[in-house]
Amino acid sequence: MSQALKKALIYIALGIWTVIALFPIFWTFSTTFKVAKDVQMGKIIPWVQYQPAWLGLRAIGLSPDTIFTESTPRTEFLIRFWNSILASLGGASIALMIGATAAYGLSRFEYKYAIWRNKDISFFFLSQLILPPVVLAMPFLVLYKELALLDSLFGLILIYALMVLPIVIWIMRDQFDSIPPELEQAALVDGCSSWGAFLRIVVPVALPGMVAAFILSVVLCWNEYFFAALLTSTKAKTLPVMVASQTGSQGISWWSMAAISSAAILPLIIIGIFLERYIIKGLTAGAVK
Amino acid sequence: MSSTASTGRDAVTGLVSSQRQALGAWLVRGASAVFAVEVLVQLLYATGLTTVGFPNWLPVLIGFALWGAALCTGNIFRHGEAGWRALFVLPAVLFTLALVIFPTVFGLFIAFSDWNLQSAGGRTFNGLDNLKQLIFDDRVWNALGNMVFYVATVLVQYAIAFGLALLLNADIRGRKFFRVAFLLPFMLSPVAVSWMIGKSMLEYRFGPVTNLLRFFGWENPSLLTTPWLAKATLAAMDAWVWIPFMMILLLAGLQALSKEVQEAAKVDGATPWQGFWQISFPLMLPVSITTIVLRTIFQLKLADIVINTTSGGPGGATDTVSSFIFREYKDRSNVGYGTMVAEVYLILIIIFISLLLRFTSRYMQKHA
Repeated sequence: MSQALKKALIYIALGIWTVIALFPIFWTFSTTFKVAKDVQMGKIIPWVQYQPAWLGLRAIGLSPDTIFTESTPRTEFLIRFWNSILASLGGASIALMIGATAAYGLSRFEYKYAIWRNKDISFFFLSQLILPPVVLAMPFLVLYKELALLDSLFGLILIYALMVLPIVIWIMRDQFDSIPPELEQAALVDGCSSWGAFLRIVVPVALPGMVAAFILSVVLCWNEYFFAALLTSTKAKTLPVMVASQTGSQGISWWSMAAISSAAILPLIIIGIFLERYIIKGLTAGAVK
Repeated sequence: MSSTASTGRDAVTGLVSSQRQALGAWLVRGASAVFAVEVLVQLLYATGLTTVGFPNWLPVLIGFALWGAALCTGNIFRHGEAGWRALFVLPAVLFTLALVIFPTVFGLFIAFSDWNLQSAGGRTFNGLDNLKQLIFDDRVWNALGNMVFYVATVLVQYAIAFGLALLLNADIRGRKFFRVAFLLPFMLSPVAVSWMIGKSMLEYRFGPVTNLLRFFGWENPSLLTTPWLAKATLAAMDAWVWIPFMMILLLAGLQALSKEVQEAAKVDGATPWQGFWQISFPLMLPVSITTIVLRTIFQLKLADIVINTTSGGPGGATDTVSSFIFREYKDRSNVGYGTMVAEVYLILIIIFISLLLRFTSRYMQKHA
């Protein structure tokens, strides 16, 4: 096989998969601007096959002609969007704070609580990864009812923090293990406390790893559906629940569905394009050396 | 990793004055006593034995948080530096214990009861009835069977992901663009994917995918209504989301392989095909096994796409255990039975993962 042919085949394969990966995203964004007729005739290419209209954005009150008017769907949509932001940032922040410190402790010090040593504590955290959400869902529903945390963002944030904590610890332990202990030992000799050394010397060095863990956590929380669907109803409902509740209804209005789905995936696409480096760092930490 | 630790507790406690030690001990004891009293009062109130108590259990949760804070502070007073070190892990341990151990134990309690949230009767203990029902429930066995299928598809995803990783690792221009493009599906919300692909692109009358299939001469592409086809379709959607995850791990593994080894193979006159199977693939085995194990763990939780695309239909053909339990909760409010299925599923998962790790751990990358 000649070198040129080989190259061509590689690019063809890459091109095919690019279409597979990107077409659904393109389809979602473009359907936002289609009227019913265009959807039903399977039109694909804007301006050539159909004339884009503001239909989808109008349905959630964000088109140019509705953006300055009162709009109930927009208020509803913005609340869900805001809830999603708060829940994912809140969950990821808590998980990063307690997860990063725990990972540092496990990486640097030796603990012994009764029969529990570092290895057991690490295993305890990581074993949470295999716990499927269904196992905790029902107890949480009952528990939250007793705690008056049903349909509250705070409750959701707690669960999200719990959900991503093992992943944060996994990533951060790998990160701290790769930092030589000599770095903070010098500071300790100079009379720095262990927390002082951690905050002033280790954290700045481990910052890229922390950013990676944080971003991955935000993405996972943003996309979370299972707990949000079970534990929220009106006040604290997040964007994925809103997307899901629209699919069930009869006589789907394609453009508004597409608009809400686009809004749900747009922040992630922006993160994906600009922070891809960190996502990859987060995903490969610990798994590949 | 035992760098500074072994000087630990004994060495540092010497520096703590006995006054501070006593203060710390009292703080821990006092906080424990206050928290215990709070729980007891609320427990008596909740069971109707007394009339004094909080309207809900939230104060007990706050009490637990305060107790945790007192424990951490007390430890610092008592043990000095060792207490400061404990402060690194204690918050995460207490947080996880509170939010996992209690619900898990409580879940066992629910699993052995007849409890439908919609019926007026409330919760009644019914022993092993739920377990008996589960054993004779075809829907559960069907869902478990589907899980075997879904987990098996991980191997197909692995093969495709490996291929893509090799493509990205080849000498190409615009690698960054392709990497971002290939990664994007993984970042999208499964619920949005269910709509984007499942409900919209696979729409029977005019979805672009069904149109394409008709164009290729498939008269009747009923992707989501024919049982076996629906299962395959959902597996494909799931693959679309998760292949990037495996691809990224495998790509990182490929990039870590030393180029010299591969070059040496070329010099020895091996064809690319031989070079791959005899050199790259064996060297990639640890990364591959790690990737497959991680992916399998996530696959066992598969739910969102199924719930939102087919709700397990047609006739349970696409049901996963999670989506089955989700409907049991959401549609039938059948808390007791659903929880029993979940607990049994958890036990099966633990057994499966333990066996998997046992057979694969010597090929995997070392973590601990």
